[in-house]
Amino acid sequence: MPDTLVALYVFVLACFIGYFVIWGVTPSLHTPLVALTNAISGIVIVGALLVTGAESAGTTAEILGFFAVLLASINVFGGFLVTNRMLAMFKKKDKK
Amino acid sequence: MEISANAQALAYLVSAVLFILGLKGLTHPASARKGNFFGMAGMAIAIGATLLGSEVQSYGFIIAGVAAGAVIGSVLAARVQMTAMPQLVAALHSFVGMAAVLVALGTYLNKAQAGLLNPVLMGELSAGIVIGAITFSGSVIAFGKLQGLISGAPVIFKGQHALNAVLGLITVGLAVVFATTEASWALVLMTLLAFVLGFTLIIPIGGADMPVIISMLNSYSGWAAAATGFTLGNNLLIIVGALVGFSGAILSYIMCRAMNRSIINVVFGGFGGDSEGGPSALAQAAEKGVKAASVEDAIYWMEDANRVIIVPGYGMAVAQAQHALKELMELLEEHGVEVKFAIHPVAGRMPGHMNVLLAEADIPYDHVLEMDEINPEFATTDVVLVVGANDVTNPAAKTDPSSPIYGMPILDVAKARNIYVIKRSMRPGYSGVENLLYYQDNCSLIFGDAKDVCEGLVTALKGGGH
Repeated sequence: MPDTLVALYVFVLACFIGYFVIWGVTPSLHTPLVALTNAISGIVIVGALLVTGAESAGTTAEILGFFAVLLASINVFGGFLVTNRMLAMFKKKDKK
Repeated sequence: MEISANAQALAYLVSAVLFILGLKGLTHPASARKGNFFGMAGMAIAIGATLLGSEVQSYGFIIAGVAAGAVIGSVLAARVQMTAMPQLVAALHSFVGMAAVLVALGTYLNKAQAGLLNPVLMGELSAGIVIGAITFSGSVIAFGKLQGLISGAPVIFKGQHALNAVLGLITVGLAVVFATTEASWALVLMTLLAFVLGFTLIIPIGGADMPVIISMLNSYSGWAAAATGFTLGNNLLIIVGALVGFSGAILSYIMCRAMNRSIINVVFGGFGGDSEGGPSALAQAAEKGVKAASVEDAIYWMEDANRVIIVPGYGMAVAQAQHALKELMELLEEHGVEVKFAIHPVAGRMPGHMNVLLAEADIPYDHVLEMDEINPEFATTDVVLVVGANDVTNPAAKTDPSSPIYGMPILDVAKARNIYVIKRSMRPGYSGVENLLYYQDNCSLIFGDAKDVCEGLVTALKGGGH
């Protein structure tokens, strides 16, 4: 099976996982869900690292890669930290 | 230290599992923080495994980029106001989009250098660039509308849909030319057109449809990551992209269902604007035969009630009234009144917006109920306080088949014994539809800024105890 087809298999099956997992998320946490998916879509940082650090990378590719790394890491750090900040606020009634 | 390709692939698998568990954690507020930590761990493993792999040979630019990104991201996350969360999310979506475009262009340069270009790869590159560029410019527009930099009103002109269709077709055509001929002019032109397309697709959508737009762009940012995964042959990116893409798609669906509109209708709709002005609120109200009430009237009924349900809407967010509401809740509870909050799925400017604001004000999440949970309780509720919500309480959605919002699921506020609505003016909600609720005998309006009125209620409750 060619690599592109394997990738397609992975993609389709992952869509099903996404479908079932996301329907389970409680509506009260939909904002943290958006923020968390923001953070994890920062996974494009992996692509950015591969472009920037590649042996064949010329200066232009390195500069493009640098900005990609920068933007993706803003997502990663910003996304996870703000999700954490929001989730810390969701409390049950404190026992007085 | 360098790890083998197989070790790297295994690490990516672990990372993918951690992301899935992380999202699964959001099933309940109690497990949510743990979920977020799973996500962080997954990301750390993914980045570590990539850096240790054989493909990454130089680190200078990488360290600089990550360091700067970490500082900017952390500061943004620490400083952002909870009411500004939709803006932050829109900004972050645009970053993912732009990063996907840059990665695709960089990959093209690297592969061209190494002589590894082929039509399939260039097709995948094109998909990454087009989706990424649309995500970027669309999110920039969404950010501008949310931040008030550009008008929240839908911008509609003749031939808009035809223009978008033509732009879309040309973009696809250029992608085909690029993939088959390696023509770099086609690549450049396609990239530019995709950026334009993002603008023209989002600009006609009104500010109040933001919950759908945020969800949709969330979805796009996922598909952009997945397309990048196809380009690089990286399964982790494909899995994560699919998860995020579906998350956004499901949220869009939930938001549309809550407005009884199709996604097509929202995307092409140009529904509602935000007009202001007109005669004074009280004059209009008197003319229309609605009752105006004072905070003392409302408190008179509230303090002896068995149950009070508070219905917050975007007006609460604008006025930052959530802290005053929390104080009101505590005081009422001291009087032995049960207080609950009722949330409509599209209240606010993004999915779950109200829940976060109430949580910020330290209102326990078990007091905050979703529409389906709370609707049966309205009929036996003594007092409902509506704070800056409008269309989602309009009984016309159930009773008037000629109403534009007929069929939209609403909060059954109209069934409660007494209803108090805090409003700034008599102007209708963003749908432009008159709210029949206001003409009911059991409904009174308290005119004023949501925060001022809520603080007034607190003062009245403190002062007027029996």
